[in-house]
Amino acid sequence: MKLHLKIWRQNGPQDKGKMVDYDINDVSPDMSFLEMLDVLNESLVAKNEEPIAFDHDCREGICGTCSLFINGEAHGPDRAVTTCQLHMRKFKDGDTIYIEPWRAKAFPVIKDLMVDRSAFDRIIQAGGYVSVNTSGNTLDANAIPIPKHDADRSFDAAACIGCGACVATCKNASAMLFVSAKVSQFSLLPQGKVEAKQRALNMVKQMDEEGFGNCTNTGACEVECPKEISLENIARLNREYLSAALVE
Amino acid sequence: MAPLKGFFHSSIARKFWMAITGLFLVTFLVVHLTVNAFTLVSAELFNEAAHFMATNPLIQVMQYVLAAGFIIHIVMGIRLTLQNRKARPDRYAMEKAGANSSLGSRTMIQTGILVLLFLIIHLRNFFVPIKTGNMGGMDDYTLVTTLFGEWHYTLIYVVSFVLLGVHLNHGFQSAFQSVGWKDNRWKGLMSGVGTVYSIVVAGGFSLIAIYHFLF
Amino acid sequence: MSKLDAKIPEGPLADKWTNHKNKINLVNPANKRHIDVIVIGTGLAGASAAATLAELGYNVKAFAFQDSPRRAHSIAAQGGINAAKNYQSDGDSVYRLFYDTIKGGDYRSREANVYRLAEVSTSIIDQCVAQGVPFAREYGGLLDNRSFGGVLVSRTFYAKGQTGQQLLLGAYSALSRQISKGKVEMYNRHEMMDIVIVDGKARGVIVRDLITGELERHSAHAVVLASGGYGNVFFLSTNAMGSNVTAAWKAYRRGAFMANPSFTQIHPTCIPVSGDHQSKLTLMSESLRNDGRIWVPKKKEDAEKLQQKRIKPTEIPEEDRDYYLERRYPAFGNLVPRDVASRAAKERCDAGYGVNPTSQAVYLDFADAIMRYGRTEAHVKGIHNPSDDQVRELGKKVIEAKYGNLFQMYEKIQDENPYETPMMIYPAVHYTMGGLWVDYNLMTTVPGLYALGECNFSDHGANRLGASALMQGLADGYFVIPYTIGDYLANDIRTGPISTESQEFEEAEKFVSDQIKHFVNNNGEKSVDYYHKKLGKIMWDKVGMSRSEEGLKAAINEIRALREEFWKNVRVPGSDTGLNTELEKAIRVSDFLELGELMAMDALDRTESCGGHFREESQTPEGEALRKDETFSFVSAYEHKENDPGKSELHKEPLTFENVEVKQRSYK
Repeated sequence: MKLHLKIWRQNGPQDKGKMVDYDINDVSPDMSFLEMLDVLNESLVAKNEEPIAFDHDCREGICGTCSLFINGEAHGPDRAVTTCQLHMRKFKDGDTIYIEPWRAKAFPVIKDLMVDRSAFDRIIQAGGYVSVNTSGNTLDANAIPIPKHDADRSFDAAACIGCGACVATCKNASAMLFVSAKVSQFSLLPQGKVEAKQRALNMVKQMDEEGFGNCTNTGACEVECPKEISLENIARLNREYLSAALVE
Repeated sequence: MAPLKGFFHSSIARKFWMAITGLFLVTFLVVHLTVNAFTLVSAELFNEAAHFMATNPLIQVMQYVLAAGFIIHIVMGIRLTLQNRKARPDRYAMEKAGANSSLGSRTMIQTGILVLLFLIIHLRNFFVPIKTGNMGGMDDYTLVTTLFGEWHYTLIYVVSFVLLGVHLNHGFQSAFQSVGWKDNRWKGLMSGVGTVYSIVVAGGFSLIAIYHFLF
Repeated sequence: MSKLDAKIPEGPLADKWTNHKNKINLVNPANKRHIDVIVIGTGLAGASAAATLAELGYNVKAFAFQDSPRRAHSIAAQGGINAAKNYQSDGDSVYRLFYDTIKGGDYRSREANVYRLAEVSTSIIDQCVAQGVPFAREYGGLLDNRSFGGVLVSRTFYAKGQTGQQLLLGAYSALSRQISKGKVEMYNRHEMMDIVIVDGKARGVIVRDLITGELERHSAHAVVLASGGYGNVFFLSTNAMGSNVTAAWKAYRRGAFMANPSFTQIHPTCIPVSGDHQSKLTLMSESLRNDGRIWVPKKKEDAEKLQQKRIKPTEIPEEDRDYYLERRYPAFGNLVPRDVASRAAKERCDAGYGVNPTSQAVYLDFADAIMRYGRTEAHVKGIHNPSDDQVRELGKKVIEAKYGNLFQMYEKIQDENPYETPMMIYPAVHYTMGGLWVDYNLMTTVPGLYALGECNFSDHGANRLGASALMQGLADGYFVIPYTIGDYLANDIRTGPISTESQEFEEAEKFVSDQIKHFVNNNGEKSVDYYHKKLGKIMWDKVGMSRSEEGLKAAINEIRALREEFWKNVRVPGSDTGLNTELEKAIRVSDFLELGELMAMDALDRTESCGGHFREESQTPEGEALRKDETFSFVSAYEHKENDPGKSELHKEPLTFENVEVKQRSYK
């Protein structure tokens, strides 16, 4: 396949940046999207040009590092995948592909397609944990039975990989899906219920301070989320937060 | 934190008040539509209802609540939009929003503002004359039917209600999400009810207007 | 010999850890506030260690090359974590987990360490549940278990096919809590470049800020390496793209011994290579072997037709399929340990029975399991005389609940529906049992330098059992290092802050900056990946699943030549300031090029076959691995010499087995 690529190049946070055109030949449909970029980068290095910087690591859809806005969609046109799991068979010979970084005030561009998502870490630090120290003397793991239904829904929320596709895709750059997934994971488990109120308040406070937008329930995040985190979690966060704010 | 601070000053709180005022306006529309429907029955019935609405003490109090609801909903909506714009200072060169969300859900501010413009016209044409009694000797029913007799007024009216329908179709179920009452078991039902409601409201108001235009 | 003292506590095996904890030095809480610890890496071992040390009161600085600690490659572990809870009442016990691990490791690990691992395994599950890790549960609300290779009990706890993710997020949340308290200072996108040794003790590190390119000095009273394994020396592996040996290798160059470097785990169930563009390989969890049956055609002509894509696997009748693991190993069947399963797949493919165009794939088939589960479901649902289609649909739902994300992952990569057609799999490099030599306290041969998790060598011998890596990472981080490090740091309560202005820091930084300058000014012709791929091919062909004297000798020469050429001719565009991903890769590959040689040397020296290390010269008439206990019952630990991996000096730590009977492994 031959492809025309339009790729965002920006040499550092202060640089203005622009879209640059690249043509690439000999793309195999079996390549992953990132392997296609590897091939392009290899050709740039051969020309002694600086390769395109993009975030990636595990390349199996679980670390949440890769992050491209491809043809107007977070992680590209396929569903329930990260960019590293997107394969070139989803494109046609001669296609033009736009490749851009996540765009949000809270995710400043570092270079080219790499952005700084440390805002997510700070939100977790604000309360995304159960305050239990390491000890060999906690309760036996089976001491509290947890209904399978709750455990499964907690897992579904916990499957979030923190990639930021929800923010990137939301027209308001809202981080509600991310925050709600973590709040839901814990609020569905007895271990997490103890601090549920404080957690919801603190995480939302941090989320607001980071400069993410407000959720307007368009549902785009759920569609583009590579782990298919449900909007139901956002409703649960709203519920948890409002009840916490009321008794605060 | 000060008590209840989070209940007023946070992204979730703003959405909550948006939802509460929205649901209040949703209820108001049902009442309004019912009164309008009386015009199809008889002039007397409508005039009586209009008189009731203009004089009943409870309704008089509710008018202020309604006005507050409108103002909160509008001001909050504009504020949210401005904040949301700031959250993404640099736009994408290529955006395919249609792939993941409905047009209606993305254009709440646009439909909202258009409906607001209509509301101003509407208040000037109906509410102000009725309130001030400055109706050029017409009764309520005649005022309504006269206005609907003008094609351009009816056209604006119908277009506005279609826009309102689009606004409501997203807003109805969105409100339940914002207050935290939605989950996956209920979401189908809620969007279904929301859509039916939006069609009834948009269609109801429009058909009444068209009826008076034609007959 | 004197250089290797494993410091194994006295007393009966089962009491060693308790006795040890009772006797070692402690640091009082007030003094912990004056002691700094550096942790390199934030995977399961690093994050759990950093969090726990901070909880205890130490000042911790943690470093990760990723943009967040949550992205360390532990996150990709799929199948599960072992623990001797015996919740299933199927005869499990601490001893049995210990025994299975020693046996699975082919008697090349240290008894005392492995026993401790089995002992603390139960606490790990308790701890993780308390942290809110959503493990899979049964309808009664209790934890569910499944089976993994090489064992006869169900002791594996899991969270769908994302157990590593859930455990890492648990450790990450504990770490985040300490970051928010200011007890851990977190440095993301920072890569360790060198260890600084002052007066013979590890006292700090040189790190590179990957965004600005600046070198930074950080000092501490002890340095804990939890930087993972080095499978990426093969270029293609299931490791993340960034996984590298640099931290461990720099420790080695500074005096820490490297143990059993050739012990590499080749995982039997990975998605086969699709072409030259391939950048990494994707694992399909071992848990799939609970339900999947592995086969190739019995007839060579069928295999050839499959290779040419002229027929479909489903067209081959049952009687013409060779379920070779069930045939060769009736007792364990498809659940033999990884090394055995991998070699068996290679044997069939080398013999011409491979099922894809490159003849480098076998089938993993779920058709039977789907029907079996479907029939049970039909029973449960009270459907009498269900049709085959009904049964199949019900069965697919059960399989989806168990392995849904893995099946989806497979379908995305291969563009084939594994519910309808068998998966194609082939072995791939997955884990390295070898690593920095550590004593019972997890301290390397450099005082104050510790190694945890995959980064050390200690627990898995010559082959790691499935679901044991997560167990070891968390055991080391949550339950071992927090105790053992105190024993060392108790002597440091009066030391005060360590200066970063010393000559040692100066020299270490200069060494690093010279190397970086060399790369960016080299103006060579070939990219870093060019060399990495070449190295990978040498390693896979000659230091991979099957090793011979001839091949290993050739590998050593080829790697040396490649390394020389790399230094002369590698091209790194851009500069040493600012973000430069090619420079990052160049530094990592320069270390892989040295490590590769040491791996080949170790493999050459060990003329026996054991676990994942298979020497063609040492096999039984049936082609099974043949161990030579009289000669090779030791840990090979290499000491760096003369700035040349080829001159490394071999030290041997003898292995003694007092609590298990040493015998040839048999899974038949």
